[in-house]
Amino acid sequence: MVFCLARSRVYLAVAAFAALCATQPAGASDKPDPAADAKAFRNYFVKKFPNVKLEDFVNGPYALDQDMRRQWEEKEQFPPYEFSLEKGKEMFTKPFRNGKRYADCFPDQGIGIRQNYPYFDSNEGKVITLELALNRCREANGEAPLSYVDDEMAALTAYMAFTSRGKPFDIKVPDDPRALEAYQNGKRNFYTRRGQLNFSCATCHVQNPGERMRAEVLAPALGILNAMPIYRSEWGGMGTISRRFTTCNSQIRGVPLDPQDEDYRDLEYFLSYVSNGLPISGPGARP
Amino acid sequence: MSMIEAKLRISMFSLVAVLLIASPASAPAGSSETEFKAAYAAAEAADKEAGRLRNQWTVTAAALAAAKRAADKGDFDQAISSAKEAEALAKASIFQAASEKEAWKQLEIR
Amino acid sequence: MASTIRVRAITNGEITEVQTLIQHPMDSGFIKGENGELTPAHFIRELTFEHDGRIVFVADWGTAVSKDPYVKFSFKGGNKGGDLKVSWIDNKGKTDATIVKIQ
Repeated sequence: MVFCLARSRVYLAVAAFAALCATQPAGASDKPDPAADAKAFRNYFVKKFPNVKLEDFVNGPYALDQDMRRQWEEKEQFPPYEFSLEKGKEMFTKPFRNGKRYADCFPDQGIGIRQNYPYFDSNEGKVITLELALNRCREANGEAPLSYVDDEMAALTAYMAFTSRGKPFDIKVPDDPRALEAYQNGKRNFYTRRGQLNFSCATCHVQNPGERMRAEVLAPALGILNAMPIYRSEWGGMGTISRRFTTCNSQIRGVPLDPQDEDYRDLEYFLSYVSNGLPISGPGARP
Repeated sequence: MSMIEAKLRISMFSLVAVLLIASPASAPAGSSETEFKAAYAAAEAADKEAGRLRNQWTVTAAALAAAKRAADKGDFDQAISSAKEAEALAKASIFQAASEKEAWKQLEIR
Repeated sequence: MASTIRVRAITNGEITEVQTLIQHPMDSGFIKGENGELTPAHFIRELTFEHDGRIVFVADWGTAVSKDPYVKFSFKGGNKGGDLKVSWIDNKGKTDATIVKIQ
């Protein structure tokens, strides 16, 4: 409780945070209840932004800032991610050296399936993300894995996201203690503060969506992965979920874990699950 | 001051409090290579522990590197100072990992 | 080689609106690459749009324009089915051009 009390005493204006501290139930329930979490998560944002349509949360800052939205809508007529998307389609359809394709590794030939990832693999007992699945497909077919933070993986996932545009996130957390543990781990990672700046994902995306962090407008956590991968003007190119997680950790002065580390995969699992029902809007464009 | 800057200030306030508790306020009395080596070893050990907790800070690594650079140049005063700073930062990151084990629940949307 | 130029031109009879997205690194020459060396400057010097043999838009660019530049402008005239030619030349002498029909 040390941090909570320090805040309340020093800054009375942080009423919202103080309220959070004051109203926490005495003991956390033992078994995670993802459905209840998702409902509470959604309600929090819907209440905070009553004028934003539920599906619009997937557009991040553009749902919260009129001027940015206008610029974005104009750019979407000729989106900056077109080149990466084209490259992704090319990569996806080109056969491996052994003659097989990505389509052979995925259900429905890999088209229109992005909204089902990540999923919990009961055989292996771990969360499988789309990026991980793609590299596994490559390795199973004698190809070298791609870097999780470079352009090529971004292009591939951009194409796959594009084929799922409009489809609602449909993440399953089976009633398996291992899946629930992975989900809970993801949730914990989302709220845990790290780095010298002592930020958690929630610090920006739950406590301060719509506010400015220097020149950026912070996106709400609800629907935040729906637009991934994103073409970021800051990056001058397309970037994966792995890239965003690792660079964010560095930005708050925490040494990032390896891309696709279990904690990151579980985090993606949690964040995707609580956005169930919201449409895939990727690939996205952000400042 | 915006909300986010206010929160940043609060975070820094808490961290400064922790740093002050964590680091001894002694001035290096008579610089020496042995003193530096001891300080560096302590800092490295603390950072390794933070690594075991999967919660290292980038600034800790930067301070360790600065300590090494100064030592290589023979400036042991600076080297010891940087090493002590690195140790303090590493200890703060360990403190953070430990306290966040429970503290995260306070941010949770329920 | 695939064209670096994506262009769309739409006319309402009087005014034609043109949008274009060009794939080009637009390296300023001030950024260090992964090897620690400066990536040499490589940017589009001149971008030209022509319709009916007439130049309707010219851009003189330099290092301040970012990667994969996007341009949008309007010009008087332009007929449905007419040709719009887009061409660029960069500081290394490389060029690309494309012709698109005005919609």
